[in-house]
Amino acid sequence: MWAFIHKLGSPPWFFGFSGTLVRWLLPVTVTLLLVGAVWGLLVAPPDFRQGNSYRIIYIHVPAAVVALAGYYVMAFAGAVSLIWRIKMADVTMRAAAPVGAVLTAIALVTGAIWGKPTWGAWWVWDARITSMLILLFLYLGVVALFEAYENKTAAARACAVLSLVGMVNIPIIYKSVDWWYSLHQPASIKFTGESAIDSSMLYPLLLMILAFYCLFALTLLLNMRAELLWTHRDSGWLKQLVGDT
Amino acid sequence: MYFESLAAVWHMDGHGFYVWLAYALTALPLVLMVWLPVKRIRQHWRWLQAEQRRSAAATQPTAMGSDV
Repeated sequence: MWAFIHKLGSPPWFFGFSGTLVRWLLPVTVTLLLVGAVWGLLVAPPDFRQGNSYRIIYIHVPAAVVALAGYYVMAFAGAVSLIWRIKMADVTMRAAAPVGAVLTAIALVTGAIWGKPTWGAWWVWDARITSMLILLFLYLGVVALFEAYENKTAAARACAVLSLVGMVNIPIIYKSVDWWYSLHQPASIKFTGESAIDSSMLYPLLLMILAFYCLFALTLLLNMRAELLWTHRDSGWLKQLVGDT
Repeated sequence: MYFESLAAVWHMDGHGFYVWLAYALTALPLVLMVWLPVKRIRQHWRWLQAEQRRSAAATQPTAMGSDV
């Protein structure tokens, strides 16, 4: 286990390992997304109260769930980078930020589109939506902060601190529906509580959540590989790898 | 299959606009999210290959000269 973690910190080993992983993850992710989308859009029954508009759940919830999970990845990598000064942790943190930003934006946009037929409004300054908007700004903040620094070591440190401070927002997002319950329309959150979701609707949702996790892993690895190829362009191991092909 | 016809799939009892708009606005960034880093990786890889050819061309005469 420790040997594996130790190897993850080595760019040449990571480059080879991630290359194999990406070749598997790409077809798996595409298949899961397509099967999940067709299942959710065409096969699953409509909701008895919301009709067909509820089908947005199959992209809205997975995007939101993985946007939150992605923040853990980014903040954890930031902590590792601050404590142990491991370069690969910086690369991970930076690769996670744009992916998380896109997923958060998808959750917000699909939520707004879902809100129109359900609540009658595209946007409500509700606690859940507002805290998700803050999550988007945190992700974008990490991306922008890194670009703002000339010294990239200082930039990585500042981004790690920002992502760790931003962790306070995560429990707020989770708990927003309970703490400010009166603001949120009950029809939108049907997971917990009495309205247990039927298995005919739950299975495609779980499949899509898995698909979005795979997509996160895939895009994270792709971003890291692109970054490594550029920052290690003068390294011997990369020159040898390019020469061998 | 829940729907009976292609038109019903498109219309979704009046919710078609919202559902298809949401899926379209999700599909586009998802494709870009995978395609953009793949493009960057290919560009960097080609640059590294070209760089190797350049350095090989630059060092070849001196290497041959040292052999003589």
